[in-house]
Amino acid sequence: MIPSLPRPPLSRYATGGYVAAFFVFLFVPLVVVAAFAFNDANYPAPPWRGFTLDWFLGGGSGRTGLFADGPLLKSVGTSVIVAAWVTLLSLFVGTANAFLLERARFRGKSALSLLMLAPLVIPGVILGISILAFASRLAQLADDIWGLELDFLRPGLPLVVAGQFSYIVSIATLTIAARLKRFDATLEEAALNLGASRAAVLWTVTLPFLRPALVGASALSFLMSFENFNTTLMLVGSDPPLTIMMYGRMREGASPVLNAVSLFLMVASALIALVLLRRPARDAGG
Amino acid sequence: MSDAAAPRVRLGLVLLLAPALLWLVGLIVLPHLELAALSLRARVAPRVYELSLSQYRTFIDEPLYWHTFVRTAGISILATICTLLIAFPAAWYIAKLARGRAKSVLFVLCLIPFWVSETVRTLGWMILLRESGVLPRLLVDLGITVAPIEMLYHDATILVGLVYTSLLFMVVPLVGVLESLDDSLIEAAYDLGGNSWSILRQIVVPHAAPGIAAGSIVVFMLTLGNYLTPTLLGGKNSLWFTEQIYTQFITRFNWEQGAAFGFLLLVLSTAIVWLGLALTGQRFGDVMRRS
Repeated sequence: MIPSLPRPPLSRYATGGYVAAFFVFLFVPLVVVAAFAFNDANYPAPPWRGFTLDWFLGGGSGRTGLFADGPLLKSVGTSVIVAAWVTLLSLFVGTANAFLLERARFRGKSALSLLMLAPLVIPGVILGISILAFASRLAQLADDIWGLELDFLRPGLPLVVAGQFSYIVSIATLTIAARLKRFDATLEEAALNLGASRAAVLWTVTLPFLRPALVGASALSFLMSFENFNTTLMLVGSDPPLTIMMYGRMREGASPVLNAVSLFLMVASALIALVLLRRPARDAGG
Repeated sequence: MSDAAAPRVRLGLVLLLAPALLWLVGLIVLPHLELAALSLRARVAPRVYELSLSQYRTFIDEPLYWHTFVRTAGISILATICTLLIAFPAAWYIAKLARGRAKSVLFVLCLIPFWVSETVRTLGWMILLRESGVLPRLLVDLGITVAPIEMLYHDATILVGLVYTSLLFMVVPLVGVLESLDDSLIEAAYDLGGNSWSILRQIVVPHAAPGIAAGSIVVFMLTLGNYLTPTLLGGKNSLWFTEQIYTQFITRFNWEQGAAFGFLLLVLSTAIVWLGLALTGQRFGDVMRRS
């Protein structure tokens, strides 16, 4: 069971074997996706027909590689734009929420803090349809009362941003509030006593302290937005982000170009993961 | 607090409250009220609606709908149990047996696949399992089957996909609680004559209960609301409830029916979360922070 107790060799081997099998299970799907991005065949399936970069660079000869696939590249761009907006909004509102939860005192605060966690337990599909229905109601009202045609309330990127933001901001709030909780308020008092203005204190003392949490929350928000599927599916209009685009193509049949774009996603998320892992290690004491 | 400062503090509070309220009221509370209102009405003539429970009645009268609902809940429970059973030994190894650098490396290795989009992971399983895929081919090459077999589009495939997608949310809380379990308690139990099974049952599981509950709640919730994995790995036979919601809302444009389905899913999901918390006597906020 634990190293300090006698363990028969059989149980040792069984444990080792289990853990090895567990990690094989975890990584086989990813390895397979990456490997078939380089297979010289029109379909991501065995047998191995040799190495090719066609699925990245190919243009003519019936094979459209990733860098020649206009719609696919455009969907990556769409995802980046959506993720950037979601990150920006989540960071801003998340920081405000953190100060609200840790610093302000008002009636109904505990109820509000509980409500802030609620989006995390609402299935993404339902967040999507409820926002879709509500936005459509607002658009209808604007049309009936003022005769306004409000396009941003129809399925499309603004609604996708709103839908993803609605739960990602909960995570940003938790991350930033956890860091703010550990802040030593006497530092602010000292700065104020030394004659700094409130704004200067915030800018030179409090926000620098929050920096690791802000970086972490940004990376997490960007990643979660980029990978979101459920909420996006319900709110998407005519220009699909990458996950929706890939889903559509996976239903039609498979082309190794999907493996190529997946490989890029893996590399990108690995880089973001590094940002997330590095930060807390360096600031462990703080 | 001086009189001059009071209005400024109030203004500050209002400024801080505004984004939070805008978010919670505008994107969470009002949309769900709208959804509830939608689910409780029926169309009697073009653009004329009346209050009615007919959407919920359709759910009960139409076997396909409630079958799908029960099936989704059942497979989700099964997936949660499987995830727990598969994740527990791995979490135990990481928390108790691995030492030093190996420990942190293994823990990070567990996290890596989940930073990659679910779409990519599902693509991997499709390449592995479809008839022309890697695993059926391997079985033929090893002489286990004569011809490649289709391993996609079965309930078992959906289960594998769901368990795979959920593992992270179980491993992380489990490693957390198991690390906090003092080894000397296990040693003491052993010295007093306990065997592996009785130690597991009487020492480890009671100690790990909060982590088990937190992991299970999150896994169940995510599985129930999953769309991508069941539809892609289960194909046309997947019969997943979120798919029904999508069909009603987007394909058939029957928002009233879709809203009712959405509410049923929300009620089930919330009920299970609440039940899980009540049974283990935990607070919602603590669980969310832990996971």
